[in-house]
Amino acid sequence: MVSATGVSFFNGMLVGSICCVFITMFGQINMRHRGRTQDHEHHHLRLPNTKDFLNISEAQRMELSKNIRIYCIILGESNDEHYWAVLKETWTKHCDKAELYNTKNDNLFNKENDKWTQMRKTYQHVFEKHGDNYSWFFLAHPTTFAVIENLKYLLFTKDASQPFYLGHIATSGDLKYVTMKGGTVLSMEALKRLNSFLNKTKKCAEQRAFWELSADMQLAVCLKYVGVLAENAEDSEGRAIFNTKPIAHLIRETMSNNRQPVVEGCCSDMAVTFSGLTPQKMTVMMYGVYRLRAFGHYFNDTLIFLPPNGSEND
Amino acid sequence: MSEIHFREMASKSWLNFLTFLCGSAIGFVLCSQLLSILLGEQKDIQPNILHNDPHGRHSDDNGQSPLEGQMNFDADVSQHKDENTDIAEYLYQKVKILCWVMTGPQNLEKKAKHVKATWAQRCNKVLFMSSEENKDFPAVGLKTREGRDQLYWKTIKAFQYVHEHYLEDADWFMKADDDTYVILDNLRWLLSKYNPEEPIYFGRRFKPYVKQGYMSGGAGYVLSKEALKRFVNAFKTDECTHSSSIEDLALGRCMEIINVEAGDSRDTTGKETFHPFVPEHHLIKGYLPKTFWYWNYNYYPPVEGPGCCSDLAVSFHYVDPTTMYELEYLVYHLRPYGYLYRYQPALPENMLKEISQVYKHEDPKVKREPSKEKHA
Repeated sequence: MVSATGVSFFNGMLVGSICCVFITMFGQINMRHRGRTQDHEHHHLRLPNTKDFLNISEAQRMELSKNIRIYCIILGESNDEHYWAVLKETWTKHCDKAELYNTKNDNLFNKENDKWTQMRKTYQHVFEKHGDNYSWFFLAHPTTFAVIENLKYLLFTKDASQPFYLGHIATSGDLKYVTMKGGTVLSMEALKRLNSFLNKTKKCAEQRAFWELSADMQLAVCLKYVGVLAENAEDSEGRAIFNTKPIAHLIRETMSNNRQPVVEGCCSDMAVTFSGLTPQKMTVMMYGVYRLRAFGHYFNDTLIFLPPNGSEND
Repeated sequence: MSEIHFREMASKSWLNFLTFLCGSAIGFVLCSQLLSILLGEQKDIQPNILHNDPHGRHSDDNGQSPLEGQMNFDADVSQHKDENTDIAEYLYQKVKILCWVMTGPQNLEKKAKHVKATWAQRCNKVLFMSSEENKDFPAVGLKTREGRDQLYWKTIKAFQYVHEHYLEDADWFMKADDDTYVILDNLRWLLSKYNPEEPIYFGRRFKPYVKQGYMSGGAGYVLSKEALKRFVNAFKTDECTHSSSIEDLALGRCMEIINVEAGDSRDTTGKETFHPFVPEHHLIKGYLPKTFWYWNYNYYPPVEGPGCCSDLAVSFHYVDPTTMYELEYLVYHLRPYGYLYRYQPALPENMLKEISQVYKHEDPKVKREPSKEKHA
């Protein structure tokens, strides 16, 4: 004879399990929905159409290429000296200027600073020192590898005196923000607006919500106050150019998400970022992007970028 | 009386309610654990495998789950509309390469499939060599057994098969494993300077045991037409026999006997092109310990770091399926827009003349000098 308590216990278990299944299913559907390409009602950047540049001279190409100047900021916490050394030795050499901010030991930060405060201080510091000298500001996580030439290609037809805020987009409720991991691009104007807003009012600097917003979300909130909205960037096939994972992960993910026997390539030829890389993988990327290639394949590119001086791994 | 009864009922239903809550909490937790196991994400295990034997064969699994399906990076043509492949196509016609891939029945779906989806398509002709025939894949049946000790048998029979059926269809004959990634365009550039009627073969040259050196099996090696003829003939005349089961060493000994030259496959700056490991193992200083066999085997002074590997690398070995696609993407797709590569080698003179006649367009890359490299 099953007791009444036993029965109610089992009922409870049943209800609990059913709830769990429903919640998980709902969560999965929601995630998959978010994973699809964003609707075209939102803003997104496409790679420029270079047909307008077909007949320009080589001198003009060099001029165009030199005019776009990118300042790279690496912001992160790292006890690993090796990591910073590798970053300096690899892709950051291709920035017009790169500065590494180690939140563990940089004078700019206090021990109690949370990630948003660190980000805010960094942006303010960068604006004060370099706000006038560079047209674009690229903030990256220490595990991110960026191909700056492709970033320049994406941006060279864009006007930096307009507010741009680009990267790998995520959504939280009705807030569209750029995820830190994929790299954050701010135009000169966007950084200017951000900085003057942060100087005038502490509003987003001290926002303490019930659930704590991550630093990248906080940035989006602040920028929204000054009329700067997050934008996605895609290639002609609608593939993301800013990636938050390493190539191998994206390959495996694309193949396991699509059950067809043959799947289209996961990633764009003009990808700008991959993230979550170890220092070893950064070294491999440097070789894979800047050196390893197939003989006999040539491109008629509008821009011209020279290899940096005093470097042997690119 | 009814009041006591009522209180009893109330406390009982409280108890029931509590056990109900308890049960639902436990049920929820158990269920979420179960679901997370079922739907669990694959943790990427990157094992640090050091292959302890230069002739070592591959343990079948490194712990990753098999890669289902294939990826086609060429499905999108629009990204390459600005690409000029005239020279690559010219070389495809001029330097014909037949590739044969050493595989087995249990690896067709696990490994060979991904070779077929990526680099094998760039061979002028590709054959998958297995111990037994598979009409669907398709794979050639060599009628041997499977196993480490059968590798030289498979090699001999594979070359005999190729000689019998496809001798006139190619100039060069490349052997690779199902975990070798080969960049055919770069192999054609390397071979364009040589005449297939010469007795010569190329690969990653090792120095022990054979005076002129021999080529690593896993990194792949390529025989000229004359070398193939002599090799096959040597087994008819017993100049060479199945002297050992160590495929690359035995083949290297045979090559020396029949006067086929062990060629220098390094690029014009002296960097190696055939690689017995994946790029990471060569590029990272200290990855391969100094006591590792590799340092004593390499014919030319071995280099780690950026000088390890040519920009125009030909092969990598111990490449798992995911890395096949990653290399495909890095070599043929991801590139830095507008970048002027440091190393800009040219084709041999006679080919340059022919190309400018054939294509009759002003392509500055064709005429560029080879001396742009700054490091030796």
